[in-house]
Amino acid sequence: MDIFFQQIINGLVQGSIYALVALGYTMVYGIMGLINFAHGEVVMIGTLVAITVVGTLVDAGMPVALAGLGGVSASVLVCMALGWSLERVAYRPLRHAPRLTPLITAIGMSIVLQNLAMMIWGRNYLTFPSLLPRLHFELGGTHFTFIQVVIVVVSAATMGGLLLLVYRTRLGMAMRATAQNPAVASLMGVNINRVIAAAFVIGSALAALAGIMVGTYYEIAHYQMGFMLGLKAFTAAVLGGIGNMAGAMLGGVLLGIIEALGAGYIGDLTGGFLGSHYQDIFAFVVLIVVLMFKPSGLFGEKTGDRA
Amino acid sequence: MKNGRFFRSTAGVMAGAVLLLVLPFVAAMGGQAWVRILDFAILYVFLALGLNIVVGFAGLLDLGYIAFYAVGAYTWALLASPHFGLHLPIWVILPIGAGLACIAGVLLGSPTLKLRGDYLAIVTLGFGEIVRIFMNNLNAPINITNGPQGITLIDPVAFGSFKFSGTTEIFGLALTGPQKYYYLLIALCVLVVIINLRLQHSRIGRAWQAIREDEVAAKAVGINTRNLKLLAFAMGASFGGVAGGVFSAMQGFVSPESFSLIESIMVLAMVVLGGMGHIPGVILGAVLLSILPEALRYGVGPIQTALFGRLLVDPESLRMLVFGLALVLVMRFRPAGLWPSPERRRELEEAGQ
Amino acid sequence: MHTKFSAIALSVAAAFALTACGQKEEPKPVAAPAAPAAPAAKPEVLVKLGHVAPMTGPQAHLGKDNENGAVLAIEELNAKGMEIGGAKVKFELMAEDDAADPKQGAIVAQKLVDAKVNGVIGHLNSGTTIPASRLYAEAGIPQVSGSATNPKYTQQGFATAFRVMANDVQQGKSLGEFAAKQGVKTVAIVDDRTAYGQGLADEFRKAAEASGLKVVATEYTNDKATDFKAILTKIKSTKAEMVFFGGMDAQGGPMAKQMKQLGIKSKFLGGDGVCTPEFMKLGGEAAEGNYCSLPGMPLDKLAKGPEFRDKFTKKFNAEIQLYAPYVYDAVMVVADAMKRADSVEPAKYLPAVGKTSYDGVTALIEFDGVGDLKGGAISIYQYKGGKLEYVETLGAVGDMSIAKAEVKEAVAEVKDAAKAVAGAATAMGGEAIKAGAEAVKSGAEAVKGAAEAAKSAVEKK
Repeated sequence: MDIFFQQIINGLVQGSIYALVALGYTMVYGIMGLINFAHGEVVMIGTLVAITVVGTLVDAGMPVALAGLGGVSASVLVCMALGWSLERVAYRPLRHAPRLTPLITAIGMSIVLQNLAMMIWGRNYLTFPSLLPRLHFELGGTHFTFIQVVIVVVSAATMGGLLLLVYRTRLGMAMRATAQNPAVASLMGVNINRVIAAAFVIGSALAALAGIMVGTYYEIAHYQMGFMLGLKAFTAAVLGGIGNMAGAMLGGVLLGIIEALGAGYIGDLTGGFLGSHYQDIFAFVVLIVVLMFKPSGLFGEKTGDRA
Repeated sequence: MKNGRFFRSTAGVMAGAVLLLVLPFVAAMGGQAWVRILDFAILYVFLALGLNIVVGFAGLLDLGYIAFYAVGAYTWALLASPHFGLHLPIWVILPIGAGLACIAGVLLGSPTLKLRGDYLAIVTLGFGEIVRIFMNNLNAPINITNGPQGITLIDPVAFGSFKFSGTTEIFGLALTGPQKYYYLLIALCVLVVIINLRLQHSRIGRAWQAIREDEVAAKAVGINTRNLKLLAFAMGASFGGVAGGVFSAMQGFVSPESFSLIESIMVLAMVVLGGMGHIPGVILGAVLLSILPEALRYGVGPIQTALFGRLLVDPESLRMLVFGLALVLVMRFRPAGLWPSPERRRELEEAGQ
Repeated sequence: MHTKFSAIALSVAAAFALTACGQKEEPKPVAAPAAPAAPAAKPEVLVKLGHVAPMTGPQAHLGKDNENGAVLAIEELNAKGMEIGGAKVKFELMAEDDAADPKQGAIVAQKLVDAKVNGVIGHLNSGTTIPASRLYAEAGIPQVSGSATNPKYTQQGFATAFRVMANDVQQGKSLGEFAAKQGVKTVAIVDDRTAYGQGLADEFRKAAEASGLKVVATEYTNDKATDFKAILTKIKSTKAEMVFFGGMDAQGGPMAKQMKQLGIKSKFLGGDGVCTPEFMKLGGEAAEGNYCSLPGMPLDKLAKGPEFRDKFTKKFNAEIQLYAPYVYDAVMVVADAMKRADSVEPAKYLPAVGKTSYDGVTALIEFDGVGDLKGGAISIYQYKGGKLEYVETLGAVGDMSIAKAEVKEAVAEVKDAAKAVAGAATAMGGEAIKAGAEAVKSGAEAVKGAAEAAKSAVEKK
């Protein structure tokens, strides 16, 4: 049983990270119906910036806690700027273009960002400095670390904050209005450009946070780390119903847990025929099954044809 | 008027045909590597035209197209290599490969019929990954695909005793392996272009167009959207299967690494960059995107040394950077693709107003 | 016609240029007869060696390391100044990127074939080496890889394919035997589903099971993964005493770390993919005390090892990652074969490559019938205090078997002698028997001595 709980914890932590990244996808999608494929790369940039800043500050003699704080703020700021410029330079001019055009642009930006990062930070895997104390807990045979607790708590808090922002502030209202109908929203005095830019900036800030958490958790970073993560997070967003914030969070956590349990138990369930080499399949199989019965995801509203 | 256009286009086709026939010899002056790059470019044209049926004609966003290519490639590899000790001839393998890919297409199509747009995109992406992961793992309990080790020593394409690998002399012309494959690929490509053209203006093609523009309306006017969508998937998939078979024979080696997601994305990028649904555009997109990275491989290093006297940035990293930028810039300034169909451009202009 | 004429004119001009100032252009066949006519300055021949490794992608750091090894070798060769076929040779490296992608591997291989390189060093990955080897074989260009360890590479039957490193079969086997010696009874295997990881893990399994170990879990990951907690938790539930990982450092390091976080106390064992400074960097404290293996012998135990390390770090200001010494040797093997054949023409020096007996940095390099390194030794290392510490060397297969055969022969002779004595004994009296028995005894002792000498000789090697 402790093994089962251990798998749940594994999945929960991984899922919280997916959820945080998925929020970025879903926010942008909900408002402008665009899959921002480069979102995973923003996460990567966030992680790498944090490494550089923390490293420099610690070398300059700053205590780790302060340096960590500096790293987090620098990374969040850089990513916000990056998100803003992505929208301004790459996506805004394409707002009325055919639907697949921004998708290709996003793929192009993803390649550009990866290669830029490779030039700046090199090809090697980098070690992420440990910002948090490495505390280790054991509860009835189940192991977890302080960092894992922090990840789950920070993710939950960030998501809560985001929900408040969307449902309790003027900006949030403007966002929802734009998502409903951009033309009408703009007639009602909503500055669409500003709202969309805000969605990108907030999503990127979340990406930076997610990147830092991934970094502290696994203690490694690499210029290609964003792609797979982004893909999984995107799957999570679709699973939950893309465009729906709560759906993205639940989708993320669900995906994390499915993966962990799948890897842990598929071998026993199939008598050894399928093993953990099919781990990456579970997410997709569950997704396909869910979409067969609920074509707009678990929590998605019925939307019109957007293709 | 129609006649005039016909003659003009005939002349164009003739000129194009001559150009295509001489091209491998022109390219060979720069080395056989260029002929090989051309081969891959045409293979991608073939793939892109197949995907164009799904994405361009029927408007179904498919991010897992490479799966069908993989099915075709593995079919060839398994039926014509020492792995199972089978060495079947091309006219047996290619149809089987196309058939299996076609079945895979229907398998993917049927559960996703209700899905739209981005949901379809992610499901097809998942499907592509599922196929790749199975190929990578089906070496146990029964060894079917030989897992990540891949399959080596795959037979080249051969018609009777005429083999496509190695150099042969025909009419006093020495044809190298890549050059022979070039002509084979061109022939296949012409075939798929003709099929594409015929489809586009047929009842089926118009029905697809209707589905692409408005599925609900299409259904309302009595179009069997279910069957037509499945047909699009099946046709696109079969072309992918044939392309995979030729790839397998040309390379002599297949392993699951060649069928990763990035390949699917690449083919989709070709279709969109060139001009979705417009055959010449798609061809242009495929040729450009497959040649550009290779051209940059040759170009980036020497240009830097010429300009600055030394290498400032690694040519390899710069190559992909330029490639990514090119994608972004083209989409920025020609959102409907480099060579969109006239109707599409008109629509876009109206939408832009 | 016109172009042909100008080509001849050009080549004549080139020949003049050559004789005049010893240009670094390779003399074209047309120009060759002109060269001996000018004995004043020695002609210089340009020898192009292709080198292929991924310069982009997750293994780019290893690719750069390989390339550095080749660059170092080439600079040394040029500094030393070699003469082949009466001409001074200048080596030049054509470094190419295959991004570890089989398709690009083939394109790059074709590019090298077109450029008429005299030899190819590489590729790094087995996945690209195997498809590319066909192109080199068709063009008759010798290919020496310093790092492609998949047995299939040389098993395809190409005369041009060589490698200067023990293959996965040899390594997996040694690792399995080593695991059995560690006093563990159960082992869990993780492989990363790449050609390398899966091949190694399979060979390990065979050897481990043959040595009486029980494989209690087989789990899988991929070469882009960062999270291994789910499979490690599964392994934890099986209480395996040792975890074997077939894969690379970028996954191995974090995996060792996550084992610790989950409270798994099993030992961690891996192949050459995790026997890197990178593994220790990524694994941190969790790397401590774990084992891994490298083909060949440790640099510091080798006569020329420390010297190579000094040269390398001085030149590139970087630590050796993994395969650089092997790639260095690969270049040297090609150069050596050219020298012995007294030709830089692939067709002419190819037979000489097969007959190599070159005392390189990494080993005494000799090839077997298919082009694999003869008697590839595998060394086991342990991570201690942030460093790789040499533990022992296993499976100097070739030497050992030779020694064994010799001992067997001696034993057979003694046996014969004993039989003869026994025969004589029945015919003769007690005295003679005693003497005969003593003779046999001393003979047996001699055999024992010989066996011990052979053993120590092998160990020394």
